[in-house]
Amino acid sequence: MSKQNTHGKTYKFGMAIDLDKCTGCGSCMVACMSENNVPFKKDESDKKDSITWMRVYKLTNGKSFPETEICYLPRPCMQCGGKGDQGHSPCVSVCPAVATDYGHDTGIVSQIPVRCFGCRYCMAACPYHARYFNWWDPKWPGEMEKYLNPDVSPRMRGVVEKCSFCYHRYQAARDKAYYEHREEIQEQEYQTACTQACPAGAIAFGDLHNPSHKVHQLVKPDPHHSGKPRNPKAFRLLERLGTNPKVYYISEKEWVRKAGDNYLEGEWKKMNKKHG
Amino acid sequence: MSELDEKTENGSVESAGKGGTEEKKAKDNSGLGLGVIFFLVAFVVVFLSGWLLFPKLLYSEKEQPFNFNHDLHVYEMGSCEACHFLREDGSFSGIPDLYSCTQCHYEEPMGMTEDEKIFCEEYVAKGKEVPWLVYSKQPDNVFFSHAAHTEGAGMECKTCHGSIGQSKELPTYEENRLTGYSRDIWGDNIWGIDKNSRDSMKMDDCAECHEEETGSKGACFQCHK
Repeated sequence: MSKQNTHGKTYKFGMAIDLDKCTGCGSCMVACMSENNVPFKKDESDKKDSITWMRVYKLTNGKSFPETEICYLPRPCMQCGGKGDQGHSPCVSVCPAVATDYGHDTGIVSQIPVRCFGCRYCMAACPYHARYFNWWDPKWPGEMEKYLNPDVSPRMRGVVEKCSFCYHRYQAARDKAYYEHREEIQEQEYQTACTQACPAGAIAFGDLHNPSHKVHQLVKPDPHHSGKPRNPKAFRLLERLGTNPKVYYISEKEWVRKAGDNYLEGEWKKMNKKHG
Repeated sequence: MSELDEKTENGSVESAGKGGTEEKKAKDNSGLGLGVIFFLVAFVVVFLSGWLLFPKLLYSEKEQPFNFNHDLHVYEMGSCEACHFLREDGSFSGIPDLYSCTQCHYEEPMGMTEDEKIFCEEYVAKGKEVPWLVYSKQPDNVFFSHAAHTEGAGMECKTCHGSIGQSKELPTYEENRLTGYSRDIWGDNIWGIDKNSRDSMKMDDCAECHEEETGSKGACFQCHK
């Protein structure tokens, strides 16, 4: 890993999504698209072409009528840190162009579209399908270009893009801190668009190193076990791959927590006994 | 004519007499000499055209809407920050808009210069923003924080902007025909050799200073958006 400047204040930004609160309304997806200048397509149902940095998936317990249950799962980029947060994220380690790297000061995985040449190794490497390819140049009808966010650079045809945890908002928060000669930014100064847009308040965002932040209190990450949640109701997607994601999910329902990974028959019960 | 050819020819005519050989050699040498001269002349012509003509071709010269006297304004206003300031949210105001200028320049010109007359008639009276050509314009995906440099690192304006504050005239704007950016980004020197850190403003130049000052070139998102 390249050495990086970490002489200033370092953070580990993460997200906790309470799936029991999520209603699947899609506000986070809309907020994300407009905040990050994500182009929309004529046919958004064409999932091979559409781009959704934040995407809400629908899970079901697979049971018939009286017992049937549904859960909606919003999926941003997991900002994987790899083992020990050393930055060996699946996408970062395969990029031949250094178009994506791991920010050791924030724990956020960057994506620099102009550096990307579109080989899409990262898309193949990402176990969460969080990366998207621009098959076409973005087009905004009529005067809609005037609505674009000036803090986010739009992407062009032939490059990969993904969720950045609204990094431009961190940049803005840091600018303000510099102006006020503060070392640290406040929890509320840097919040992602999806967090603020969620009408159910299902998303919490903040510094996973800071015990006073809501996200830390919700998941209680264990620093000795790659940030594994100590809250028994919290889990991460495909935890056992060792990608060390910074997005946590919380649910009271066991079948939802079980859906977070692929378990062999009987494996889930055995694991739960061991931990429980 | 290669050396090998010369040798075999010399070998074959050796028996015919020494005088003939020397004559032949002189003739061959003059051909070689001409070749060298021709090569050198061509080299110089091509080299100079690349050195002198290429920059002329690469950059098109553009004039600003009217001249702006920084020296006079710094004298009147007191400092750079009077017009180019950090806003309360930490963002940088950049080049002042028409509203800022009209705080002093309303309706009638204050001085006698032709430039101010143009400004008052063409822009203030019509309520039109001045379409300045921005020397420091960077690509859209570049995030540059003035606050981080002036407040965080305590740098002075002139470290990067030079003595623009003492200039009486705006330099000619030289636009790169290929990239559309100002020559100030690549730097005046076509070879990219800088005397001062402010001479060019490419990504490598940012990284170089960052490495010197902070010990690292930094992560991508430090300067990109």
